[in-house]
Amino acid sequence: MKAWLAHHLHSLKIAAEQFRGAPVATLFTLLVIGVAVSLPAGLYALLSNLERAAGGVKPQAEVTAFFKEVDEARARALAASLKKRADVAEVLFVSKADGIKRLEAAGLADVAVGLPENPLPHTLVLTPRETTPVALEALAAEVKANPDIERVLVDSDWIKRLAALMQLGRDLVGMLILVLGAALAAITANTIRLQIYARKDEIEVARLIGATDRFIRRPFLYFGGIQGLVGGLAGWLLVIVAGLLLENSVAQVAAAYGSQFHLAGLSLQETGLLLLFSTALGWLGAYFAVGRALREHD
Amino acid sequence: MSAQPLIEISEVTKRYPGGHEALSNISLGIEPGEMVFLTGHSGAGKSTLLKLIAAIERPTSGHIIVNGQNVGRMKRPALPFFRRNIGLIFQDHKLLYDRSVFDNVLMPLHIQGVIGNDAAKRVRAALDKVGLLNKERARPITLSGGEQQRLCIARAIVSRPALVLADEPTANLDDAYARDIMDMFRAFNEVGVTLIISTHDQDLINRYGGRKVTLAYGKQVS
Ligand SMILES: Nc1ncnc2c1ncn2[C@@H]1O[C@H](COP(=O)(O)OP(=O)(O)OP(=O)(O)O)[C@@H](O)[C@H]1O
Ligand SMILES: [Mg+2]
Repeated sequence: MKAWLAHHLHSLKIAAEQFRGAPVATLFTLLVIGVAVSLPAGLYALLSNLERAAGGVKPQAEVTAFFKEVDEARARALAASLKKRADVAEVLFVSKADGIKRLEAAGLADVAVGLPENPLPHTLVLTPRETTPVALEALAAEVKANPDIERVLVDSDWIKRLAALMQLGRDLVGMLILVLGAALAAITANTIRLQIYARKDEIEVARLIGATDRFIRRPFLYFGGIQGLVGGLAGWLLVIVAGLLLENSVAQVAAAYGSQFHLAGLSLQETGLLLLFSTALGWLGAYFAVGRALREHD
Repeated sequence: MSAQPLIEISEVTKRYPGGHEALSNISLGIEPGEMVFLTGHSGAGKSTLLKLIAAIERPTSGHIIVNGQNVGRMKRPALPFFRRNIGLIFQDHKLLYDRSVFDNVLMPLHIQGVIGNDAAKRVRAALDKVGLLNKERARPITLSGGEQQRLCIARAIVSRPALVLADEPTANLDDAYARDIMDMFRAFNEVGVTLIISTHDQDLINRYGGRKVTLAYGKQVS
């Protein structure tokens, strides 16, 4: 156990010596990894913020239903039953009379004046719990099936567009993760390859006197993992700094729309995942590089 | 009932890629505790035979049994553990010049997980045996040829192997150094270590006696 620990410490020491031995090259590699990590992470953060911003206007995702000529009690009964549904967050019942009042309140009283009777139908405004286009359409279709309902309005176009854009963004993040993740592993593998070359005598002797592959591999794995971790931190930092730089202009845009909006960075969980991922990829790149070198030795 | 040989070589042929036959049909048994000189002209196949025993090369045909293990068929993961039982002294030293004398000797122990004071004590004991204790902080490159040779020996014996394979340990050394080293080997042998020593030096063999195996053009002459 003690020997095992000592060996791991020793491997760490060797890895640290590799960093110290080539500080400029190491810094450069870390920067490259940082940029590779920051692109998908930054885009992801941007998407999260957009989604949050879109969430602020969610109440607009409504289904409006207009009744046929039915009496108010019957219309209210339907409203009450709809309110009980799990997928409905809120039901607003606007009776004929209320409708007129609303018009008046909005300064549109003139419109109603001169009409022989109130032309407005009873109206239901439903806020669904889920604002995905699918959920909206489904709810609308069900409400429309009711014989008392004349017409249903769904304003879901912009939600559809937003959802499609978000999906595109998410796909882009996925693609970036794949491509840049592979690049991260490849960068690490290349660094490790050079290190192995510089230490090939040592590796040869170690094998001749009984070193296992694991023993030889370990310091390189540490190096790859740590480089991935630090590179990931650099990427995370880039995202944070970019966020800070954009904070002001975002606030101005929000103010222009009469609202307040603060950019959020990555959550603790997301940051953890990012670091885990970049560490694992560095480790993986090192694993492959050493594996190849060991096979070449035979 | 005779003791099982430590090393059993039967009808071994080694052909290197390129077709050169370095060893042809060699058969040889070595008992535990023996000291064997391997001799022959340059290119006779001495190094090749030692490499086959240490599983650094694999025989083209025939088989080699060391300690009951078929070396030629040994699986890759088993190799390191097999080699830890053998002290190897290489013809070309294979010292690491980027670290101290002490660290060179520490390496086999480190690989086997021996660490700390325990390891340091054993490294110093090995260095003491070869007369390099006062040079433990030196770099191998600053050592004389004879001292480097002795450093190789220290590294080979530090893990107390039962079998030592020494490839020309006295090459390029003057007589006094060569005798020093041979005395050392004899001392190991007296405490039960099996040794196979390859050498050109007939005088040395005559002086120390022991069993002699002569190779010529890859064939066993005696
Ligand atoms: N890796 C190799 N590939 C091809 N041929 C080799 C290889 N190693 C050795 N040989 C050849 O095999 C023959 C035996 O070589 P070996 O090194 O065993 O001789 P040796 O008896 O140790 O010679 P020396 O006394 O010069 O060290 C030589 O002809 C050599 O050229
Ligand atoms: Mg030789």
